[in-house]
Amino acid sequence: MWRYLAPLGIFIVLVVFLSIGLKLDPREVPSPLINKPAPAFTLPKLHQPQQSVSPADFKGKVWLLNVWASWCVSCRAEHPVLNQMARSSQIPIIGLNYKDGRDVAQQWLRQRGDPYSVSAFDEDGRAGIDWGVYGVPETFVIDKRGNIRYKHTGPVDQKAVSDKIMPLVRELEKEPA
Amino acid sequence: MKKLILLLLFAGLGTAFAGVEVHKFEQAEQEQQYNRLIAELRCLVCQNQNLADSNAELAQDLRQEVYEMIQNGASDQEIVNFMVARYGDFVLYRPPFKTTTAFLWIGPFIILIAGFVILLVFIRKRKQAGAVELDESEHARARELLNEKNETDSQ
Repeated sequence: MWRYLAPLGIFIVLVVFLSIGLKLDPREVPSPLINKPAPAFTLPKLHQPQQSVSPADFKGKVWLLNVWASWCVSCRAEHPVLNQMARSSQIPIIGLNYKDGRDVAQQWLRQRGDPYSVSAFDEDGRAGIDWGVYGVPETFVIDKRGNIRYKHTGPVDQKAVSDKIMPLVRELEKEPA
Repeated sequence: MKKLILLLLFAGLGTAFAGVEVHKFEQAEQEQQYNRLIAELRCLVCQNQNLADSNAELAQDLRQEVYEMIQNGASDQEIVNFMVARYGDFVLYRPPFKTTTAFLWIGPFIILIAGFVILLVFIRKRKQAGAVELDESEHARARELLNEKNETDSQ
């Protein structure tokens, strides 16, 4: 009996492991920054180079940081979702314009709409490194105390917004500042 | 001619594996430190390459970061900590031993031991199966058969 059941058992275990492996996304690397203070930066604004923007400006608010670039193809896919989110909710979406050119970035937003309360201009990508950015677009949710609570790697879709991001934002808005 | 082509191919290999940019170091130890670190750190964009092998833009930026930290006298540990704080243990080709990575480290040995156990059980079973005990009537029948054979041989 065992001689037939054992290979079958091993086969089933293998199938289970392999099918779990198929569903995992190797690009999804858990960020060590979750529940840690958002890395500080002081960067010029994309539209007003003389003014600077820093995560500290948004203390006391729940906000999103969206890392984007005009050269990033999947950013185009997620852009309508961000526009929709900017229209339908009060939550500030801060853009981190990553390793981009000022002119092309501004033009990109003119063409596609600008969902960002403000975009920080990270030309050399240093702020991106501090935030552990490795695959643009990336979206972070930051709580009122300035801690990163969630990270979404890759383009945000409607499902991610309604299932994950907005419920979390509403939850975080109940927390004391 | 063939040898020449091979030689050229191998000469090309050397440059293909090295990082693209040229960095100048004051001391040989710093250069060694640089080469050691970029070989040990994983590029997060092309995940099966280290920083030294990858041409991804992030890998270039991280090489630059490593270079600058070395110029400022950072130790290996400081640079590794810098990377891990941003990208997690995934950035290390040799992750530290922790509860989350324990299976990664011990797993292969568990499987190896399991393999030995299965092998031993298999061998033992075979040995037992080899020694078949016969009862009295079976012995008698065996003798009969052997005698019969002897008789037919002698005829």
